[in-house]
Amino acid sequence: MAEVERHSYDVIVIGAGGAGLRAAIEARSQGMRTAIICKSLFGKAHTVMAEGGIAAAMGNVNSKDNWQVHFRDTMRGGKFMNSWRMAELHAMEAPQRVWELETYGALFDRTKDGRISQRNFGGHEYPRLAHVGDRTGLELIRTLQQKIVSLQQEDERESGDAESRLKVFAELTITKLTMDGERISGAFGYWRESGRFVVFDAPAVIIATGGIGKSFKVTSNSWEYTGDGHALAMRAGATLVNMEFVQFHPTGMVWPPSVKGILVTESVRGDGGVLTNSEGKRFMFNYVPEVFRGQYADTEAEADRWYTDPENNKRPPELLPRDEVARAINSEVKAGRGSPHGGVFLDVSSRLPKAEIMKRLPSMYHQFKELADVDITAQPMEVGPTCHYVMGGVEVEPDTGAAKVPGLFAAGEASGGMHGSNRLGGNSLSDLLVFGRRAGAGAAEYVGAIGATRPVVTEAEIEVASAEALAPFRAEGGENPYTLHTELQQSMNDLVGIIRREDELEAALAKLEVLKERSKAVSVEGHRQFNPGWHLALDLNNMITVSECIARAALIRQESRGGHTRDDHPGMNPEWRQVNLICSIDGEGVAVNKQALSSMRPDLLALFDRYELSKYMTEAELADLPVQDSTKGDS
Amino acid sequence: MGHNAKLRVWRGDASGGDLKDYTVEVNEGEVVLDVIHRLQATQTPDLAVRWNCKAGKCGSCSAEVNGRPRLMCMCQMNNFAEDEVITITPMRAFPVIRDLVTDVSYNYEKARKVPSFAPPKDLAPGDYRMQQVDVERSQEFRKCIECFLCNNTCHVIRDHEENKENFSGPRFLMRIAELDMHPLDTLDRKKMAQEEHGLGYCNITKCCSEVCPEHIHITDNALIPMKERVADVKYDPFFAIWSLFRKPDNAKS
Repeated sequence: MAEVERHSYDVIVIGAGGAGLRAAIEARSQGMRTAIICKSLFGKAHTVMAEGGIAAAMGNVNSKDNWQVHFRDTMRGGKFMNSWRMAELHAMEAPQRVWELETYGALFDRTKDGRISQRNFGGHEYPRLAHVGDRTGLELIRTLQQKIVSLQQEDERESGDAESRLKVFAELTITKLTMDGERISGAFGYWRESGRFVVFDAPAVIIATGGIGKSFKVTSNSWEYTGDGHALAMRAGATLVNMEFVQFHPTGMVWPPSVKGILVTESVRGDGGVLTNSEGKRFMFNYVPEVFRGQYADTEAEADRWYTDPENNKRPPELLPRDEVARAINSEVKAGRGSPHGGVFLDVSSRLPKAEIMKRLPSMYHQFKELADVDITAQPMEVGPTCHYVMGGVEVEPDTGAAKVPGLFAAGEASGGMHGSNRLGGNSLSDLLVFGRRAGAGAAEYVGAIGATRPVVTEAEIEVASAEALAPFRAEGGENPYTLHTELQQSMNDLVGIIRREDELEAALAKLEVLKERSKAVSVEGHRQFNPGWHLALDLNNMITVSECIARAALIRQESRGGHTRDDHPGMNPEWRQVNLICSIDGEGVAVNKQALSSMRPDLLALFDRYELSKYMTEAELADLPVQDSTKGDS
Repeated sequence: MGHNAKLRVWRGDASGGDLKDYTVEVNEGEVVLDVIHRLQATQTPDLAVRWNCKAGKCGSCSAEVNGRPRLMCMCQMNNFAEDEVITITPMRAFPVIRDLVTDVSYNYEKARKVPSFAPPKDLAPGDYRMQQVDVERSQEFRKCIECFLCNNTCHVIRDHEENKENFSGPRFLMRIAELDMHPLDTLDRKKMAQEEHGLGYCNITKCCSEVCPEHIHITDNALIPMKERVADVKYDPFFAIWSLFRKPDNAKS
């Protein structure tokens, strides 16, 4: 067989966004020879798209904030489906992870006394998001990128070789994880530039590949977000959790068509922007759900006072968690009260002076000016829901990021559990750092423990992986991958979107079966050198697998919660709160099994008052609750 | 609503290539990248192009549109007359890999030559205190999305391969300025800017600022102030004499 380029590492990290880079920094710092594999150029990962900020209870703006309040907000946002241990670790460690970024050179916006400034965001009780204008994700990715460069400079000084312990493989796509019996032995992939194959021998693999948004037509996600890590992990024997929970960000651009879906940051609302319908009405006041009554303002006057006096007023309902706002916009448009291009209006121009908008939301200003010819300092924007984030992902051990398969780890959007049924804005960047670091440490510990009994990638596996990757060139006269991709996106958007129904989900699954068959005969033209048609043909398999997970789990979960709304099963059902849906590979398809959620530790449970818990829990669970001390529940 | 645009796209690889003509449908509000994608999806599935966010945030889809360095995702089709031929070529300062994709490794190599942020050793995480007014200068430069259009357009290297070794381009001279202006950085970066990264090659024609999609004032706010700082140290008679006596030391006083 053909010569294959071969590398050997202790840890390989697939994905070079926030989670992947933080994982690599940790693994390298713990002495592991580490490789970072990115599908794009180094520093272009989807993390750059994060705008609003990174949530961490540092208490710089409101000293009442602490990790317990952040934990509580996170659980509420996720409608109590979160892995409580992940939510706990996340809330506790986020401040340290943010402060650490400053030591790497990050420059956040400051408070008057010179500390890191924090802004308000949906679902967060206090101003909590460290930020840099509206380009926080760029700051995060660049800072981590520069930290990696600094570690390479250290290595160069010590060994003369900058890449001796930490190397970035850019524009390289992994198509298969290899196995030595039950455990991971490495990975197989191709260089984008040459199309040549590469094999990595590595006992530990960290999946940090981000999300799945490219399966949907209207999405804020880039071409890379094809669920690669989700699919790779499943094919290696790992499981996915909560895949039915997909976040539709309430505010994506809706016009012109070519930019439909591009994100409009939640900071617009956090900084005072309001949502109105075609009648000029601030409709969000009509959509405060029962579980959040008492935490959000009832009148516009009170909501407006909150920006300057949060102590004595309740927050505006525009700042409800994202799932609530997205559904509300959807309902307004359906009721015929939408904007001319099928969204609603988001206006900051009547709320802040021009100079302030330019300072706080510079990239939104440019985005609208240059792509839609709208001046957001003078006119409202038109916005509507866009597929943004998948709460579901690889099922992992909270403390180490370890998946079910020995040697396999996952972090960031590709892993599941942390955000329950709905993620709060700002909790993603912090998730990347907290669990990126933990997965890096977990992988290092695993590799340290296996000693000399290293797994190896066999020639037979390499042959199988090569044949699979080259299949689209062999099929002749088959379909164009772009056609299949467009059909997949359309059906996921129409049938598994923001509002779901049994018959539509069944139709989606039937369509997916057809696409699965047709995808086997996809054929591509040209040769292997930088061939986007070929790359899409390979990514398509991952998108179809992940889409099947979403549709199957969505069909089974007969309730509405967070990022999963069933028209035919409205409302949350406490019985379903106790159930995680776990996806695994079953032949050519996907099997979904129910698994009980673990019970929250009593000291964490005590952070909520009984009345609030009664909105989420079954009678039996409530009966088992310890008798509470009445001083709790100070919110 | 739509019309057919006439595109002329460079196709080829390191061994050579030429401009090919295509006619592609255009719809309202579309940008050049949309049209390139339609071309790829309907006529040339193997047309190589780099892109990620399609929102001007990642800096991947750099190319030259009618000779002007641009992000294809931020270049609206209604900038052109409907019957105008739009020529799209890869960035000229970097070697072509295929079609519109170039080898930008020069930039990553230069990035690695800039010494990293060096905070005071005794400052614990969480104890950093900086005023907004002091971080704003460097923050402007950190808006950079690394599209490398500034380096592509800079005449020092655009047609002078031989200068690449000694010149890091506006992007990385600006990175040095960013660190030099960081309120807590402890290294003196003036000498390295001049001697190792070729600040002296820059003759402030401001082409870099003109093509910057983030509208960063690269020349006015980064390169000129850096030149002034270098000049202060280099040509001030006091510094000139003092530097004869001081220990070789990189630390800021």
